[in-house]
Amino acid sequence: MSSETDTTERARPEPIQAVPVRHPGRWVAVAVIGVLVAMFVHLLVTNKAFNWAFMVDEMFRPPIMEGLRGTLALTVLAMVIGVSLGVVVAIMRLSENPILRGVSWAYTWFFRAVPRLVLAILFGNLGILWARIEFGLPFDRQIGALFGVDDFEARLFGFSALEILTGFVAGMLALGLSEAAYMAEIVRAGIQSVDEGQTEAAQALGLSRTQILRRIVLPQAMRVIIPPTGNETIAMLKDTSLVAFVPVSTELFFQLKAVGNRTFQVFPMYVAACLWYLLLTSVLLVGQYYLERHFSKGFGKSAQAKIRLRGITAEAGGSASEAGR
Amino acid sequence: MTQVTTPAGAAGTADDGVMVRAEQVHKSFGSVEVLKGIDLEVRSGEVCCLLGPSGSGKSTFLRCINHLEKINAGRIRVDGELIGYRERGGKLHEMREKEIATQRRAIGMVFQRFNLFPHMTALQNVAEAPVLSGRERKAAARDRAAALLQRVGLGDKLGSYPGQLSGGQQQRVAIARALAMQPKLMLFDEPTSALDPELVGEVLDVMKDLARDGMTMIVVTHEIGFAREVGDSLIFMDDGVVVESGAPREVIANPRHDRTKAFLAKVL
Repeated sequence: MSSETDTTERARPEPIQAVPVRHPGRWVAVAVIGVLVAMFVHLLVTNKAFNWAFMVDEMFRPPIMEGLRGTLALTVLAMVIGVSLGVVVAIMRLSENPILRGVSWAYTWFFRAVPRLVLAILFGNLGILWARIEFGLPFDRQIGALFGVDDFEARLFGFSALEILTGFVAGMLALGLSEAAYMAEIVRAGIQSVDEGQTEAAQALGLSRTQILRRIVLPQAMRVIIPPTGNETIAMLKDTSLVAFVPVSTELFFQLKAVGNRTFQVFPMYVAACLWYLLLTSVLLVGQYYLERHFSKGFGKSAQAKIRLRGITAEAGGSASEAGR
Repeated sequence: MTQVTTPAGAAGTADDGVMVRAEQVHKSFGSVEVLKGIDLEVRSGEVCCLLGPSGSGKSTFLRCINHLEKINAGRIRVDGELIGYRERGGKLHEMREKEIATQRRAIGMVFQRFNLFPHMTALQNVAEAPVLSGRERKAAARDRAAALLQRVGLGDKLGSYPGQLSGGQQQRVAIARALAMQPKLMLFDEPTSALDPELVGEVLDVMKDLARDGMTMIVVTHEIGFAREVGDSLIFMDDGVVVESGAPREVIANPRHDRTKAFLAKVL
Protein backbone atom coordinates (compact mmCIF):
# COMPACT_ATOMS: atom_id res chain seq x y z
CA MET A 1 0.00 0.00 0.00
CA SER A 2 1.25 3.47 -0.83
CA SER A 3 0.48 5.01 2.54
CA GLU A 4 2.71 2.43 4.26
CA THR A 5 5.69 3.15 2.06
CA ASP A 6 5.15 6.83 2.76
CA THR A 7 5.54 6.38 6.49
CA THR A 8 8.67 4.30 6.20
CA GLU A 9 10.28 6.81 3.89
CA ARG A 10 9.47 9.80 6.06
CA ALA A 11 12.34 10.94 8.28
CA ARG A 12 12.34 9.56 11.82
CA PRO A 13 11.50 12.40 14.26
CA GLU A 14 14.04 13.48 16.82
CA PRO A 15 13.91 11.52 20.11
CA ILE A 16 12.11 13.40 22.91
CA GLN A 17 14.42 15.07 25.40
CA ALA A 18 12.04 16.65 27.87
CA VAL A 19 12.97 18.15 31.23
CA PRO A 20 11.93 15.55 33.85
CA VAL A 21 9.52 16.45 36.67
CA ARG A 22 11.44 17.54 39.79
CA HIS A 23 10.79 15.79 43.10
CA PRO A 24 11.89 18.17 45.89
CA GLY A 25 10.01 16.08 48.47
CA ARG A 26 12.42 13.21 47.92
CA TRP A 27 15.41 15.34 48.83
CA VAL A 28 13.73 16.45 52.06
CA ALA A 29 13.04 12.80 52.91
CA VAL A 30 16.65 11.86 52.19
CA ALA A 31 17.85 14.60 54.53
CA VAL A 32 15.52 13.59 57.37
CA ILE A 33 16.35 9.89 57.07
CA GLY A 34 20.05 10.70 56.81
CA VAL A 35 19.97 12.55 60.12
CA LEU A 36 18.03 9.76 61.84
CA VAL A 37 20.45 7.10 60.58
CA ALA A 38 23.41 9.17 61.73
CA MET A 39 21.86 9.50 65.19
CA PHE A 40 21.29 5.75 65.35
CA VAL A 41 24.84 4.92 64.28
CA HIS A 42 26.16 7.42 66.80
CA LEU A 43 24.15 5.67 69.52
CA LEU A 44 25.48 2.25 68.50
CA VAL A 45 29.08 3.41 68.50
CA THR A 46 29.24 5.65 71.56
CA ASN A 47 26.84 4.08 74.08
CA LYS A 48 28.85 1.87 76.41
CA ALA A 49 25.83 -0.27 77.31
CA PHE A 50 26.14 -2.10 74.00
CA ASN A 51 29.53 -3.46 75.01
CA TRP A 52 30.18 -4.77 71.49
CA ALA A 53 33.48 -6.46 72.25
CA PHE A 54 31.89 -8.50 75.03
CA MET A 55 28.90 -9.38 72.85
CA VAL A 56 30.96 -10.60 69.90
CA ASP A 57 33.14 -12.52 72.30
CA GLU A 58 30.21 -14.30 73.90
CA MET A 59 27.79 -14.88 71.05
CA PHE A 60 29.76 -17.67 69.36
CA ARG A 61 30.69 -19.67 72.45
CA PRO A 62 29.96 -23.45 72.51
CA PRO A 63 26.84 -23.28 74.73
CA ILE A 64 25.35 -20.63 72.44
CA MET A 65 26.16 -22.72 69.38
CA GLU A 66 24.49 -25.69 71.06
CA GLY A 67 21.48 -23.50 71.72
CA LEU A 68 21.52 -22.49 68.05
CA ARG A 69 21.49 -26.13 66.99
CA GLY A 70 18.64 -26.75 69.42
CA THR A 71 16.65 -23.84 67.99
CA LEU A 72 17.15 -25.06 64.42
CA ALA A 73 16.24 -28.64 65.35
CA LEU A 74 13.17 -27.42 67.21
CA THR A 75 12.09 -25.30 64.23
CA VAL A 76 12.51 -28.14 61.75
CA LEU A 77 10.86 -30.80 63.93
CA ALA A 78 7.95 -28.59 64.95
CA MET A 79 7.36 -27.62 61.31
CA VAL A 80 7.55 -31.25 60.18
CA ILE A 81 4.92 -32.16 62.78
CA GLY A 82 2.93 -29.05 61.92
CA VAL A 83 2.91 -29.55 58.15
CA SER A 84 2.25 -33.29 58.13
CA LEU A 85 -0.41 -33.18 60.81
CA GLY A 86 -1.81 -30.00 59.24
CA VAL A 87 -2.31 -31.73 55.88
CA VAL A 88 -4.10 -34.59 57.63
CA VAL A 89 -6.32 -32.22 59.62
CA ALA A 90 -7.11 -30.21 56.47
CA ILE A 91 -8.07 -33.33 54.52
CA MET A 92 -10.23 -34.46 57.43
CA ARG A 93 -11.90 -31.06 57.42
CA LEU A 94 -12.75 -31.39 53.72
CA SER A 95 -13.84 -35.01 54.02
CA GLU A 96 -17.40 -36.15 53.48
CA ASN A 97 -17.33 -37.95 56.81
CA PRO A 98 -19.03 -35.68 59.40
CA ILE A 99 -17.15 -37.26 62.33
CA LEU A 100 -13.76 -36.53 60.78
CA ARG A 101 -14.93 -33.01 60.01
CA GLY A 102 -15.99 -32.49 63.63
CA VAL A 103 -12.73 -33.83 65.07
CA SER A 104 -10.76 -31.61 62.73
CA TRP A 105 -12.81 -28.58 63.68
CA ALA A 106 -12.35 -29.24 67.41
CA TYR A 107 -8.61 -29.70 66.99
CA THR A 108 -8.18 -26.45 65.12
CA TRP A 109 -10.41 -24.63 67.59
CA PHE A 110 -8.43 -25.79 70.64
CA PHE A 111 -4.94 -25.21 69.32
CA ARG A 112 -5.74 -21.85 67.80
CA ALA A 113 -7.48 -20.66 70.94
CA VAL A 114 -4.66 -21.39 73.41
CA PRO A 115 -1.56 -19.15 73.21
CA ARG A 116 1.67 -20.90 72.31
CA LEU A 117 3.48 -19.76 75.42
CA VAL A 118 0.72 -21.19 77.62
CA LEU A 119 0.70 -24.42 75.60
CA ALA A 120 4.45 -24.78 75.90
CA ILE A 121 4.42 -24.33 79.68
CA LEU A 122 1.40 -26.64 79.97
CA PHE A 123 3.15 -29.38 77.99
CA GLY A 124 6.29 -28.94 80.08
CA ASN A 125 4.21 -29.74 83.17
CA LEU A 126 2.31 -32.75 81.81
CA GLY A 127 4.50 -34.89 84.03
CA ILE A 128 2.28 -33.78 86.91
CA LEU A 129 -0.68 -35.56 85.27
CA TRP A 130 0.98 -38.93 84.70
CA ALA A 131 4.20 -40.23 86.16
CA ARG A 132 4.32 -42.83 83.40
CA ILE A 133 2.80 -42.94 79.95
CA GLU A 134 1.78 -46.43 78.89
CA PHE A 135 0.12 -47.97 75.88
CA GLY A 136 -2.25 -50.90 75.98
CA LEU A 137 -5.91 -51.72 76.45
CA PRO A 138 -7.84 -48.60 77.46
CA PHE A 139 -9.73 -48.71 80.79
CA ASP A 140 -8.03 -51.99 81.65
CA ARG A 141 -8.50 -51.58 85.42
CA GLN A 142 -12.18 -50.84 85.04
CA ILE A 143 -12.66 -53.80 82.72
CA GLY A 144 -10.74 -55.98 85.17
CA ALA A 145 -12.95 -54.80 88.02
CA LEU A 146 -16.01 -55.63 85.93
CA PHE A 147 -14.89 -59.26 85.74
CA GLY A 148 -13.84 -59.34 89.38
CA VAL A 149 -10.08 -59.18 88.77
CA ASP A 150 -8.25 -56.67 90.93
CA ASP A 151 -5.40 -54.65 89.49
CA PHE A 152 -5.83 -56.14 86.02
CA GLU A 153 -3.31 -54.47 83.71
CA ALA A 154 -3.05 -54.93 79.97
CA ARG A 155 -0.22 -52.67 78.95
CA LEU A 156 2.23 -53.26 76.17
CA PHE A 157 4.92 -50.71 76.86
CA GLY A 158 5.43 -47.42 78.60
CA PHE A 159 7.93 -44.85 79.61
CA SER A 160 8.45 -42.36 82.36
CA ALA A 161 6.76 -39.12 81.54
CA LEU A 162 9.29 -37.19 83.53
CA GLU A 163 12.11 -38.62 81.44
CA ILE A 164 10.56 -38.34 78.00
CA LEU A 165 8.53 -35.18 78.37
CA THR A 166 11.66 -33.25 79.06
CA GLY A 167 11.78 -29.65 78.06
CA PHE A 168 12.76 -30.33 74.46
CA VAL A 169 10.08 -32.89 73.63
CA ALA A 170 7.41 -30.89 75.44
CA GLY A 171 8.39 -27.74 73.58
CA MET A 172 8.50 -29.56 70.26
CA LEU A 173 5.05 -31.07 70.78
CA ALA A 174 3.54 -27.79 71.95
CA LEU A 175 4.90 -25.88 68.96
CA GLY A 176 4.23 -28.67 66.45
CA LEU A 177 0.66 -29.38 67.52
CA SER A 178 -0.21 -25.72 67.60
CA GLU A 179 1.39 -25.20 64.21
CA ALA A 180 -0.67 -28.06 62.76
CA ALA A 181 -3.83 -26.10 63.50
CA TYR A 182 -2.60 -23.08 61.54
CA MET A 183 -1.17 -25.23 58.74
CA ALA A 184 -4.50 -27.03 58.46
CA GLU A 185 -6.21 -23.73 57.69
CA ILE A 186 -3.52 -22.85 55.12
CA VAL A 187 -3.69 -26.24 53.43
CA ARG A 188 -7.48 -26.13 53.38
CA ALA A 189 -7.44 -22.74 51.68
CA GLY A 190 -4.89 -24.06 49.20
CA ILE A 191 -6.95 -27.11 48.32
CA GLN A 192 -10.09 -25.02 47.93
CA SER A 193 -8.27 -22.59 45.65
CA VAL A 194 -7.81 -25.29 43.00
CA ASP A 195 -10.45 -25.09 40.27
CA GLU A 196 -13.28 -27.61 40.61
CA GLY A 197 -12.78 -28.53 36.95
CA GLN A 198 -9.43 -30.11 37.81
CA THR A 199 -11.07 -32.63 40.11
CA GLU A 200 -13.82 -33.27 37.57
CA ALA A 201 -11.35 -33.88 34.77
CA ALA A 202 -9.40 -36.29 36.95
CA GLN A 203 -12.60 -38.04 38.05
CA ALA A 204 -13.66 -38.40 34.43
CA LEU A 205 -10.33 -40.14 33.77
CA GLY A 206 -11.21 -42.64 36.48
CA LEU A 207 -8.65 -41.61 39.08
CA SER A 208 -9.35 -42.35 42.73
CA ARG A 209 -9.92 -39.71 45.38
CA THR A 210 -6.43 -40.12 46.89
CA GLN A 211 -4.77 -40.10 43.47
CA ILE A 212 -6.56 -36.90 42.56
CA LEU A 213 -5.52 -35.29 45.84
CA ARG A 214 -1.91 -36.41 45.62
CA ARG A 215 -1.19 -35.90 41.93
CA ILE A 216 -3.60 -33.21 40.76
CA VAL A 217 -4.94 -31.06 43.58
CA LEU A 218 -2.11 -30.85 46.14
CA PRO A 219 0.64 -29.97 43.63
CA GLN A 220 -1.51 -27.09 42.42
CA ALA A 221 -2.50 -26.11 45.93
CA MET A 222 1.22 -25.87 46.77
CA ARG A 223 1.42 -22.61 44.89
CA VAL A 224 -1.04 -21.14 47.38
CA ILE A 225 0.27 -23.09 50.39
CA ILE A 226 4.02 -22.43 50.06
CA PRO A 227 4.20 -18.65 50.64
CA PRO A 228 2.26 -18.67 53.94
CA THR A 229 4.16 -21.81 54.99
CA GLY A 230 7.37 -19.87 54.53
CA ASN A 231 5.96 -17.19 56.77
CA GLU A 232 4.91 -19.84 59.29
CA THR A 233 8.43 -21.29 59.29
CA ILE A 234 9.91 -17.89 59.97
CA ALA A 235 7.35 -17.28 62.71
CA MET A 236 8.15 -20.70 64.15
CA LEU A 237 11.86 -19.95 64.23
CA LYS A 238 11.05 -16.92 66.33
CA ASP A 239 8.48 -18.71 68.47
CA THR A 240 11.03 -21.31 69.52
CA SER A 241 12.23 -18.60 71.90
CA LEU A 242 8.99 -19.17 73.84
CA VAL A 243 10.14 -22.59 74.98
CA ALA A 244 12.87 -20.91 76.99
CA PHE A 245 10.08 -20.70 79.57
CA VAL A 246 9.22 -24.46 79.54
CA PRO A 247 12.18 -24.44 80.22
CA VAL A 248 14.20 -25.84 77.35
CA SER A 249 17.89 -25.30 77.96
CA THR A 250 19.17 -26.33 74.51
CA GLU A 251 17.71 -23.30 72.86
CA LEU A 252 19.29 -20.12 71.55
CA PHE A 253 17.38 -17.50 73.53
CA PHE A 254 17.68 -19.47 76.78
CA GLN A 255 21.45 -19.69 76.37
CA LEU A 256 21.88 -16.01 75.46
CA LYS A 257 19.72 -15.02 78.41
CA ALA A 258 21.74 -17.30 80.69
CA VAL A 259 24.98 -15.62 79.68
CA GLY A 260 23.39 -12.22 80.25
CA ASN A 261 22.11 -13.18 83.70
CA ARG A 262 25.40 -14.72 84.74
CA THR A 263 27.57 -11.78 83.69
CA PHE A 264 25.05 -9.01 84.47
CA GLN A 265 25.54 -7.88 80.84
CA VAL A 266 21.88 -8.41 79.95
CA PHE A 267 21.48 -5.86 77.19
CA PRO A 268 24.33 -6.94 74.89
CA MET A 269 23.00 -10.50 74.93
CA TYR A 270 19.53 -9.31 73.93
CA VAL A 271 21.15 -7.47 71.03
CA ALA A 272 23.00 -10.68 70.19
CA ALA A 273 19.64 -12.47 70.15
CA CYS A 274 18.30 -9.87 67.70
CA LEU A 275 21.29 -10.38 65.43
CA TRP A 276 21.07 -14.16 65.52
CA TYR A 277 17.36 -14.17 64.70
CA LEU A 278 17.91 -11.57 61.96
CA LEU A 279 20.55 -13.78 60.38
CA LEU A 280 18.49 -16.96 60.60
CA THR A 281 15.30 -15.44 59.22
CA SER A 282 17.24 -13.82 56.36
CA VAL A 283 18.53 -17.24 55.32
CA LEU A 284 14.96 -18.58 55.44
CA LEU A 285 13.69 -15.67 53.32
CA VAL A 286 16.14 -16.57 50.56
CA GLY A 287 15.02 -20.19 50.68
CA GLN A 288 11.40 -19.09 50.51
CA TYR A 289 12.07 -17.10 47.34
CA TYR A 290 13.45 -20.14 45.51
CA LEU A 291 10.66 -22.42 46.74
CA GLU A 292 7.99 -20.04 45.49
CA ARG A 293 9.67 -19.77 42.13
CA HIS A 294 9.79 -23.56 41.83
CA PHE A 295 6.11 -24.05 42.60
CA SER A 296 4.85 -21.37 40.21
CA LYS A 297 6.09 -23.58 37.36
CA GLY A 298 3.66 -23.73 34.46
CA PHE A 299 1.33 -21.15 35.94
CA GLY A 300 0.22 -17.96 34.30
CA LYS A 301 1.65 -16.15 31.36
CA SER A 302 3.10 -13.39 33.57
CA ALA A 303 5.33 -15.85 35.45
CA GLN A 304 6.66 -17.24 32.19
CA ALA A 305 7.08 -13.80 30.67
CA LYS A 306 9.18 -12.84 33.67
CA ILE A 307 11.44 -15.83 33.20
CA ARG A 308 11.82 -15.08 29.50
CA LEU A 309 12.43 -11.41 30.22
CA ARG A 310 15.12 -12.35 32.72
CA GLY A 311 16.88 -14.31 29.98
CA ILE A 312 16.66 -11.42 27.55
CA THR A 313 17.97 -8.79 29.94
CA ALA A 314 20.74 -11.11 31.05
CA GLU A 315 21.86 -11.27 27.44
CA ALA A 316 21.58 -7.51 27.13
CA GLY A 317 23.63 -7.10 30.30
CA GLY A 318 20.81 -5.78 32.48
CA SER A 319 20.00 -7.10 35.93
CA ALA A 320 17.24 -9.64 36.44
CA SER A 321 15.61 -7.79 39.29
CA GLU A 322 14.98 -4.77 37.09
CA ALA A 323 13.30 -6.95 34.49
CA GLY A 324 11.17 -8.61 37.13
CA ARG A 325 9.48 -5.31 37.88
CA MET B 1 -34.83 -42.20 16.46
CA THR B 2 -32.75 -43.02 13.44
CA GLN B 3 -29.78 -45.21 13.90
CA VAL B 4 -26.86 -46.12 11.73
CA THR B 5 -25.55 -49.63 11.52
CA THR B 6 -22.91 -50.67 14.01
CA PRO B 7 -19.43 -50.92 12.52
CA ALA B 8 -18.33 -54.51 12.29
CA GLY B 9 -16.25 -55.87 15.12
CA ALA B 10 -16.87 -53.13 17.68
CA ALA B 11 -15.37 -55.10 20.51
CA GLY B 12 -16.79 -55.39 24.00
CA THR B 13 -20.18 -53.88 23.29
CA ALA B 14 -23.52 -55.18 24.46
CA ASP B 15 -25.23 -57.69 22.25
CA ASP B 16 -27.79 -55.29 20.87
CA GLY B 17 -25.14 -52.81 19.72
CA VAL B 18 -26.44 -50.05 21.96
CA MET B 19 -23.64 -48.13 23.71
CA VAL B 20 -25.69 -45.70 25.76
CA ARG B 21 -29.25 -46.22 26.85
CA ALA B 22 -30.96 -43.64 29.02
CA GLU B 23 -34.45 -44.31 30.37
CA GLN B 24 -36.56 -41.62 31.97
CA VAL B 25 -33.60 -39.75 33.45
CA HIS B 26 -34.60 -37.10 35.98
CA LYS B 27 -32.23 -34.70 37.68
CA SER B 28 -32.93 -31.84 40.06
CA PHE B 29 -30.68 -29.29 41.66
CA GLY B 30 -32.54 -28.47 44.83
CA SER B 31 -36.07 -27.62 43.80
CA VAL B 32 -35.15 -26.94 40.18
CA GLU B 33 -35.79 -29.88 37.90
CA VAL B 34 -33.20 -29.76 35.14
CA LEU B 35 -33.89 -33.07 33.42
CA LYS B 36 -37.51 -34.14 33.15
CA GLY B 37 -37.37 -37.66 31.84
CA ILE B 38 -34.78 -38.09 29.11
CA ASP B 39 -34.95 -41.17 26.91
CA LEU B 40 -32.12 -41.72 24.52
CA GLU B 41 -30.28 -44.46 22.73
CA VAL B 42 -26.87 -44.18 21.11
CA ARG B 43 -25.62 -47.13 19.16
CA SER B 44 -22.03 -48.23 19.10
CA GLY B 45 -19.99 -46.24 16.58
CA GLU B 46 -22.63 -43.54 16.33
CA VAL B 47 -22.04 -39.80 16.67
CA CYS B 48 -24.92 -38.23 18.54
CA CYS B 49 -25.17 -34.43 18.67
CA LEU B 50 -27.07 -32.75 21.49
CA LEU B 51 -28.43 -29.36 20.56
CA GLY B 52 -30.45 -26.87 22.51
CA PRO B 53 -30.52 -23.45 24.12
CA SER B 54 -28.37 -22.89 27.22
CA GLY B 55 -30.12 -24.10 30.33
CA SER B 56 -31.89 -26.84 28.44
CA GLY B 57 -30.05 -29.49 30.48
CA LYS B 58 -27.88 -30.98 27.75
CA SER B 59 -24.58 -30.50 29.62
CA THR B 60 -26.13 -31.82 32.82
CA PHE B 61 -27.35 -34.88 30.97
CA LEU B 62 -23.87 -35.46 29.56
CA ARG B 63 -22.38 -35.24 33.06
CA CYS B 64 -24.91 -37.80 34.29
CA ILE B 65 -23.60 -40.34 31.78
CA ASN B 66 -20.27 -40.66 33.60
CA HIS B 67 -21.83 -40.05 37.00
CA LEU B 68 -20.30 -36.63 37.61
CA GLU B 69 -23.91 -35.82 38.50
CA LYS B 70 -26.11 -38.26 40.38
CA ILE B 71 -29.49 -38.75 38.76
CA ASN B 72 -32.65 -38.67 40.86
CA ALA B 73 -34.70 -41.12 38.83
CA GLY B 74 -34.37 -43.33 35.77
CA ARG B 75 -31.54 -45.52 34.53
CA ILE B 76 -28.43 -44.88 32.46
CA ARG B 77 -26.63 -47.85 30.98
CA VAL B 78 -23.34 -47.69 29.13
CA ASP B 79 -22.48 -50.81 27.18
CA GLY B 80 -25.23 -52.65 29.01
CA GLU B 81 -23.87 -51.74 32.43
CA LEU B 82 -25.86 -49.61 34.88
CA ILE B 83 -23.93 -46.44 35.75
CA GLY B 84 -23.29 -45.62 39.40
CA TYR B 85 -25.53 -48.32 40.87
CA ARG B 86 -25.84 -52.05 41.13
CA GLU B 87 -29.25 -53.65 40.89
CA ARG B 88 -29.67 -56.52 43.31
CA GLY B 89 -32.95 -58.09 44.31
CA GLY B 90 -34.96 -55.30 42.75
CA LYS B 91 -33.09 -52.72 44.82
CA LEU B 92 -30.45 -50.20 43.77
CA HIS B 93 -27.18 -50.14 45.68
CA GLU B 94 -24.82 -47.22 45.38
CA MET B 95 -21.47 -48.16 43.94
CA ARG B 96 -18.25 -47.63 45.81
CA GLU B 97 -15.97 -44.86 44.66
CA LYS B 98 -13.53 -47.38 43.19
CA GLU B 99 -16.20 -49.09 41.09
CA ILE B 100 -17.42 -45.74 39.76
CA ALA B 101 -13.83 -44.86 38.85
CA THR B 102 -13.54 -48.14 36.94
CA GLN B 103 -16.71 -47.32 35.01
CA ARG B 104 -15.46 -43.83 34.21
CA ARG B 105 -12.24 -45.16 32.71
CA ALA B 106 -14.26 -46.53 29.80
CA ILE B 107 -15.86 -43.12 29.19
CA GLY B 108 -13.71 -40.25 27.97
CA MET B 109 -14.81 -36.69 28.58
CA VAL B 110 -13.77 -33.39 27.03
CA PHE B 111 -14.75 -30.18 28.79
CA GLN B 112 -15.65 -26.75 27.53
CA ARG B 113 -12.83 -25.17 29.54
CA PHE B 114 -10.29 -27.94 28.73
CA ASN B 115 -9.40 -28.52 32.40
CA LEU B 116 -5.87 -29.59 31.55
CA PHE B 117 -3.56 -30.08 34.52
CA PRO B 118 -1.55 -26.84 34.45
CA HIS B 119 1.42 -28.19 36.43
CA MET B 120 2.11 -30.92 33.89
CA THR B 121 3.40 -30.83 30.33
CA ALA B 122 1.18 -31.93 27.45
CA LEU B 123 2.86 -35.33 27.50
CA GLN B 124 2.42 -35.73 31.26
CA ASN B 125 -1.22 -34.70 30.99
CA VAL B 126 -1.85 -37.51 28.54
CA ALA B 127 0.33 -40.17 30.18
CA GLU B 128 -0.79 -39.54 33.78
CA ALA B 129 -4.04 -41.48 34.02
CA PRO B 130 -2.90 -44.71 32.28
CA VAL B 131 0.06 -44.91 34.68
CA LEU B 132 -1.91 -44.04 37.83
CA SER B 133 -4.64 -46.54 37.02
CA GLY B 134 -1.95 -49.20 36.79
CA ARG B 135 -2.64 -50.02 33.17
CA GLU B 136 0.72 -49.19 31.77
CA ARG B 137 4.29 -48.67 32.82
CA LYS B 138 5.64 -45.16 32.57
CA ALA B 139 7.74 -45.69 29.46
CA ALA B 140 4.96 -47.40 27.52
CA ALA B 141 2.43 -44.74 28.55
CA ARG B 142 4.77 -41.99 27.44
CA ASP B 143 5.32 -43.59 24.06
CA ARG B 144 1.61 -43.97 23.52
CA ALA B 145 0.95 -40.43 24.79
CA ALA B 146 3.47 -39.08 22.30
CA ALA B 147 1.76 -41.02 19.51
CA LEU B 148 -1.65 -39.69 20.57
CA LEU B 149 -0.39 -36.11 20.61
CA GLN B 150 1.10 -36.72 17.19
CA ARG B 151 -2.31 -37.90 16.06
CA VAL B 152 -4.00 -34.67 17.18
CA GLY B 153 -1.26 -32.70 15.41
CA LEU B 154 0.77 -31.70 18.46
CA GLY B 155 3.85 -33.86 17.99
CA ASP B 156 6.05 -30.81 18.51
CA LYS B 157 4.38 -29.67 21.73
CA LEU B 158 5.07 -32.64 24.00
CA GLY B 159 7.04 -30.61 26.53
CA SER B 160 4.80 -27.54 26.54
CA TYR B 161 2.77 -26.59 29.58
CA PRO B 162 -0.93 -25.82 28.99
CA GLY B 163 -0.28 -22.14 29.72
CA GLN B 164 2.01 -22.02 26.70
CA LEU B 165 -0.58 -23.47 24.30
CA SER B 166 -3.43 -21.80 22.45
CA GLY B 167 -7.01 -22.74 23.28
CA GLY B 168 -7.30 -24.99 20.26
CA GLN B 169 -4.07 -26.76 21.11
CA GLN B 170 -5.15 -27.18 24.72
CA GLN B 171 -8.43 -28.75 23.67
CA ARG B 172 -6.61 -31.14 21.36
CA VAL B 173 -4.35 -32.17 24.28
CA ALA B 174 -7.53 -32.71 26.32
CA ILE B 175 -8.91 -35.00 23.62
CA ALA B 176 -5.64 -36.94 23.53
CA ARG B 177 -5.75 -37.19 27.33
CA ALA B 178 -9.22 -38.72 27.22
CA LEU B 179 -8.23 -41.12 24.41
CA ALA B 180 -5.24 -42.34 26.42
CA MET B 181 -7.61 -44.36 28.60
CA GLN B 182 -8.85 -46.13 25.46
CA PRO B 183 -12.50 -45.36 26.14
CA LYS B 184 -15.36 -46.97 24.28
CA LEU B 185 -17.41 -43.79 24.50
CA MET B 186 -16.40 -40.13 24.27
CA LEU B 187 -18.42 -37.27 25.76
CA PHE B 188 -17.83 -33.76 24.45
CA ASP B 189 -19.25 -30.88 26.48
CA GLU B 190 -19.30 -27.87 24.16
CA PRO B 191 -15.68 -28.50 23.15
CA THR B 192 -15.39 -25.45 20.93
CA SER B 193 -17.44 -22.89 22.85
CA ALA B 194 -14.48 -21.39 24.71
CA LEU B 195 -12.35 -21.07 21.57
CA ASP B 196 -11.57 -18.14 19.33
CA PRO B 197 -13.45 -18.61 16.03
CA GLU B 198 -10.32 -19.30 14.00
CA LEU B 199 -9.32 -22.14 16.37
CA VAL B 200 -12.63 -24.02 16.21
CA GLY B 201 -11.74 -25.78 12.97
CA GLU B 202 -8.65 -27.57 14.26
CA VAL B 203 -10.60 -29.12 17.14
CA LEU B 204 -13.53 -30.13 14.94
CA ASP B 205 -11.10 -31.75 12.51
CA VAL B 206 -9.72 -33.96 15.28
CA MET B 207 -13.27 -34.89 16.27
CA LYS B 208 -14.23 -35.72 12.68
CA ASP B 209 -11.17 -37.91 12.49
CA LEU B 210 -12.28 -39.74 15.63
CA ALA B 211 -15.78 -40.21 14.26
CA ARG B 212 -14.36 -41.66 11.06
CA ASP B 213 -12.43 -44.20 13.14
CA GLY B 214 -15.72 -45.45 14.57
CA MET B 215 -15.60 -43.90 18.04
CA THR B 216 -18.96 -43.63 19.76
CA MET B 217 -19.43 -39.97 20.58
CA ILE B 218 -22.00 -37.79 22.30
CA VAL B 219 -21.37 -34.17 21.48
CA VAL B 220 -23.06 -31.20 23.10
CA THR B 221 -22.45 -28.45 20.59
CA HIS B 222 -23.64 -25.29 18.91
CA GLU B 223 -21.78 -26.17 15.72
CA ILE B 224 -24.69 -26.92 13.39
CA GLY B 225 -22.28 -27.56 10.53
CA PHE B 226 -20.49 -30.25 12.50
CA ALA B 227 -23.78 -31.88 13.48
CA ARG B 228 -24.95 -31.94 9.88
CA GLU B 229 -21.68 -33.24 8.49
CA VAL B 230 -20.54 -35.74 11.11
CA GLY B 231 -23.58 -36.51 13.25
CA ASP B 232 -25.49 -39.75 12.80
CA SER B 233 -28.29 -38.55 15.01
CA LEU B 234 -29.35 -35.22 16.38
CA ILE B 235 -31.24 -34.60 19.57
CA PHE B 236 -32.81 -31.25 20.29
CA MET B 237 -33.38 -30.57 23.96
CA ASP B 238 -35.26 -27.74 25.61
CA ASP B 239 -36.29 -27.21 29.21
CA GLY B 240 -35.15 -30.65 30.34
CA VAL B 241 -36.92 -32.74 27.72
CA VAL B 242 -36.06 -34.13 24.30
CA VAL B 243 -38.14 -32.05 21.92
CA GLU B 244 -37.13 -33.61 18.67
CA SER B 245 -34.66 -36.15 17.36
CA GLY B 246 -33.71 -37.71 14.09
CA ALA B 247 -31.16 -37.65 11.31
CA PRO B 248 -29.27 -34.35 11.54
CA ARG B 249 -29.90 -33.24 7.93
CA GLU B 250 -33.57 -34.02 8.32
CA VAL B 251 -34.02 -32.15 11.58
CA ILE B 252 -31.97 -29.16 10.51
CA ALA B 253 -33.67 -28.87 7.11
CA ASN B 254 -37.25 -29.58 8.24
CA PRO B 255 -37.68 -29.10 11.95
CA ARG B 256 -41.14 -30.27 12.96
CA HIS B 257 -41.38 -28.66 16.33
CA ASP B 258 -41.84 -24.90 16.86
CA ARG B 259 -39.14 -24.72 19.52
CA THR B 260 -36.65 -26.42 17.22
CA LYS B 261 -37.61 -24.04 14.43
CA ALA B 262 -37.15 -21.02 16.66
CA PHE B 263 -33.76 -22.22 17.93
CA LEU B 264 -32.42 -23.12 14.50
CA ALA B 265 -33.60 -19.81 13.09
CA LYS B 266 -31.38 -18.08 15.65
CA VAL B 267 -28.22 -20.13 15.28
CA LEU B 268 -28.22 -20.80 11.52
